[in-house]
Amino acid sequence: MIVPRHTWFMIVRQARNLLREPIWIALLLIQPMVWLILYGQLFKNVTRLGGFGTTSYITFLAPAIVIMNSFFGATWSGLAMVGDLDRKVIERFLATPASRLSLVLSHIVRSALTAGIQSVVILLVALALGVRVHTGAVGWLVVIAVAMLVNSAFAGISQGLALLTRREASMITLANFIGLPLLFLSSTLLAERQMPHWMRVTAKFNPVNWGVDAARDVVLPGTDWRSVGVHVGYLAALCIVSAGFAHSTFRAYRRSL
Amino acid sequence: METIVVEGLRKRYGDVQALDGVSFAVRAGEIFALLGPNGAGKSTTVRVLATLSRADEGRASVAGHDVAREADAVRRAIGYVPQESGVDRFGTGRENLMLQGRVQGMRGRDLRARVDELLELVGIADAADRVVNGYSGGMKRRLDIALGLVHRPPVLFLDEPTTGLDPEARVALWKEVGRLAARETLSILLTTHYLDEADELADRLAILSAGRVVVEGTPVGLKSELRGDAVTIELANGRADDARRALIGADAPVETALGDGRTLISRVDDGGQALPRILAALGDAGIAVEWVAVSRPSLDDVYLHYTGRDFAADDRGE
Repeated sequence: MIVPRHTWFMIVRQARNLLREPIWIALLLIQPMVWLILYGQLFKNVTRLGGFGTTSYITFLAPAIVIMNSFFGATWSGLAMVGDLDRKVIERFLATPASRLSLVLSHIVRSALTAGIQSVVILLVALALGVRVHTGAVGWLVVIAVAMLVNSAFAGISQGLALLTRREASMITLANFIGLPLLFLSSTLLAERQMPHWMRVTAKFNPVNWGVDAARDVVLPGTDWRSVGVHVGYLAALCIVSAGFAHSTFRAYRRSL
Repeated sequence: METIVVEGLRKRYGDVQALDGVSFAVRAGEIFALLGPNGAGKSTTVRVLATLSRADEGRASVAGHDVAREADAVRRAIGYVPQESGVDRFGTGRENLMLQGRVQGMRGRDLRARVDELLELVGIADAADRVVNGYSGGMKRRLDIALGLVHRPPVLFLDEPTTGLDPEARVALWKEVGRLAARETLSILLTTHYLDEADELADRLAILSAGRVVVEGTPVGLKSELRGDAVTIELANGRADDARRALIGADAPVETALGDGRTLISRVDDGGQALPRILAALGDAGIAVEWVAVSRPSLDDVYLHYTGRDFAADDRGE
């Protein structure tokens, strides 16, 4: 029981520090709305091309923005780890019986919880903009859960890279390097039917797209639950692999001391 | 009873042999100092004892537990106050202490009472609910020490506790450490590159140089092993060999020469009495003297005596 207990202690520490930064909280809530409103307006008429499953672009877009936002959030989550390493906070805990796993896991869970909160905000704004989730309350929960899975999967990778590079500059460069390509190699902004063939093929291997597909599937009519289940399964498997990666980089870091 | 036993620790970082067979023992309830210049292996030794690093060879036990095989038991028995503070700067002093206590398995009223007691004890109670970022260097250091003490460990490691503090804060912290050692039932292992700090605080000390313990003993005992006073003579125009001969004649043979050989140190029973004799002998030999100083034995002399090197120069890495 030590792992969940200690993970919780560490999450409380990180959350409390974040809550002391009003700018962070404001951006946390405002940024996803900006995505939704800007993209929603920019591509408003694109549904005329066909293949969107709805004539309301904002309905098509909202679940994808939830996923995109939680993916972006995850790519930055390693920065908090770099800060903890720099400030020797991690070393201090290593000289105590603190659960080793909790030191890494807490960063991943904290990141996923943040994404969960943001997802609720985006869905509420979407609701106000007239978006109706076809599968109702269950659909809401699925979208939020998928967003948190996408976030955990990429947060694990980000933590691992933070432990390998231990540099803020490397982390920021990497986040930028993978962020936009994975966004455009998915059906986040455009229906799959409107994408070039090679991109459509590539998107099948893109975990961001797994999340977008699953979330959009429960929002639009004609939900294919089997497909949702498969994508959720892929994401869950990726979460385990990326958490394993983060854990093994943490072990390597400890050995290097 | 010995709370820390260290036998033949060796550790290599790349090309650097950080520890080259370190051995010493710390008795229950004493303040023990590891004294040595920068790079002598003090911090590495403490990091091995705090279970952060693993030694390549050798054994060590803390509070009866082997540091490699029973790491978690060691972690419960120690407070580790690292050279670079590991405090969470964005949390308050109290939050830091509460979390430290929780991961050490404390909870509830016992933990809250202990945190209040420590905040009072190290004198930061007024700042307890302020974010650490706004603390002064001395206050941060006190919080670091309190963090190491939350779970009432029998052993406390203080790695360079006063480095980076101004002289006033240094002396205040010395008093604090002395008071803590008396109040809490504690063995303290302290590392320092300040000779006066070891002299002031330590019941016993070991001098570390290039990854080895050169000598171990009490400050008083080590100093008294050096016979008498040191007379330091700076020659104006060299001629060190002639000066050495003259000093043998004056019954003050040169023990060590420093720098380019212009500075000679002799050891005599009574410096005040020997000085006229020394100056006369040098004068008779026609050797010009820049200045002369007489000093009671200090840990500087102990270091010089056992390593043949100047402490300050070693500390600067010369």
